[in-house]
Order: sequence, then structure tokens, then C-alpha cells
Amino acid sequence: MLDVTGAAAPPRSNGELVFAEPWESRAFGMAVTLADAGVFTWDEFRDALVARIAAWEADHAPGEDFHYYRCWLGALEDRLVAAGTLPGAAVAERTALLAERPSGHDHADGEDHGHGHGH
Amino acid sequence: MNAPAGDISRRLSPALRTEALEQLLVERELIDPAVMDKFITTYERDVGPLNGAKVVARAWTDPEYREWLLRDGTAAIKDMGFSGPQGEHMVVLEQSDDVHHVVVCTLCSCYPWPILGLPPSWYKDPAYRAGIVRTPRRVLGEMGLDVPEGKDIQVWDSSTEVRYLVLPQRPTGTEGWDAEALAGIVTRDAMVGVALVSTVSAP
Repeated sequence: MLDVTGAAAPPRSNGELVFAEPWESRAFGMAVTLADAGVFTWDEFRDALVARIAAWEADHAPGEDFHYYRCWLGALEDRLVAAGTLPGAAVAERTALLAERPSGHDHADGEDHGHGHGH
Repeated sequence: MNAPAGDISRRLSPALRTEALEQLLVERELIDPAVMDKFITTYERDVGPLNGAKVVARAWTDPEYREWLLRDGTAAIKDMGFSGPQGEHMVVLEQSDDVHHVVVCTLCSCYPWPILGLPPSWYKDPAYRAGIVRTPRRVLGEMGLDVPEGKDIQVWDSSTEVRYLVLPQRPTGTEGWDAEALAGIVTRDAMVGVALVSTVSAP
């Protein structure tokens, strides 16, 4: 069944929280900024997003919730790798590196220690 | 870090993956964090359905503007100061007694950002994107809008360059209201075509 109203309290009339988690806003911002800077066209990004969404719809675990911004993030990586902007393994390697930070040095504790994004 | 790194990171949170991607892009000077923050703030705080509501209210109170809006949506909307990404080619669909218009993006989430902000989650949901095309009357009913059997429903797919704005019917009982008061009752859902504008829903 469709969730028309959304679980979140609207920040403005007939709206809803635009991003469920901070990383979603970063993923959104990266795509818009890169398109604005001409690193890729919006159509190129949209094609990658369409492909990611179609792939999820064609093959996902029964009962698994659709996560739009996971598709978005995947599309962003796909686009950058396809264009040769980033090597294929770069994101995975950096992610693994970040995961090895000692506890208290990631964003999971709700603190920004100055190595973050300046927000 | 060879192949296993990828396997591990796939299980890690998207938050971490996003941070990694952002670091790589900033290091390569492909994104300016200040520019990116400005984009995010704009769509988080400034751009939303109130813009579209102002367009609708003006069309309801100014016949010449309404005519312009239906003829050249992009120009008429830009005249209100609303333009930008995902609003380059606007087409306005006017609800009538005979036809009900409803908008979808079947393939992803194309949506007129400058006038409605970013799309709500139901608009991006596979259930809506597939269902509104196959069984529009039923899906609209599930969303609380019962379209009479005799009324034609037209579903518009945004998966092209075009973005749509639905111009709802002005509700009875609003005679004499000014544009500001009218804008207050125009909802996002009505401008996508999954609801009607009603004075009952007024805040």
C-alpha cells in the first residue's frame, strides 16, 4: 500500500522530510553539483539511475524495501566509473579505509570532528 | 586492498560509501564543497511546492496568465521567478470536469524541481510508478481520490525532457479570495494530480 502522507512530520505544509538521512543529501548534492559543473550531463546520470532502479526491481530479495537513494548512489558511482573519472575500485577501497577508523572517528557517533564536510 | 575490499565495503553503510565518494571527488577538485552545500540547502529549505501553489493561484485569479501558462508553461513559470534544473521544459495540464490528469515518472523520478521541490517518497515508489499506469483509478482510490467512473484519466509520463504541472480546478466557495489565500490551499499532491484542491484541507 502506498504511504501517501509519509511517516515523518512535514517541515512545511504538504511536504515531508526531503532526505531521510544526511548521506542522502550528500549523494543528491554530488550528482547535482557534478552535472552543474559538466562532469556528466543530467541525462547520462538519469540513464544510470534508471538502470539501477530497473536492476533492483528485476532482482531483489522478497520483502526487501525499495531504497531510492541507494540506487541514486549506485548510479553516481556507475556513471563516474563508466566515464573513467574514478577507477572502478576506488570507492570500495576508500570506504574500507574509512571503516577502519578507530571508533569515535566516524559520523556514527553524531559528531563531526572537522574532517567531514563542513556542514 | 584487492577484491575482498569490495566485498567488505558492499556490506558497509551507504553513509560511509557516500563519504568515501565525496572525499575522492573533492581531492580531484571535481566538486567544490561550498557549491554542493548551497545546492543541498536550496532543495532542503528553499524550493518546494509553495512555488507551484503561487503559479496556480495566479492562474486562478488572472485569466491572461492562465492562458499563457497553458500555452507556454516554461515562460509563464519563469515569469514568477521559478526556473532551473528539471524545469527547463514545463507543460501545464489543466484539470476539467471531463478529464483528470495525473503525473508519474515510470522509469525513475523525474519531477519539476523548481516549482515542487524534490519528489515525495511515494512518487519514487515502484508501487506508484507501475500502478498508476496500469490501474490509475484504483491507485488514485488508494491514495484517497475517487475519480468518477465517467471521467477520463490521463496519465503523463515524465521520462522525457518534459516536466508537468497539474493546474487543479479552483474549488467552489473561494470566490473573492486573493492569490495569497488561494496559494495556501493548493497542495503538492493536487499539482501532481493525486488529489483535488479543497477548502476543507485549508490550514
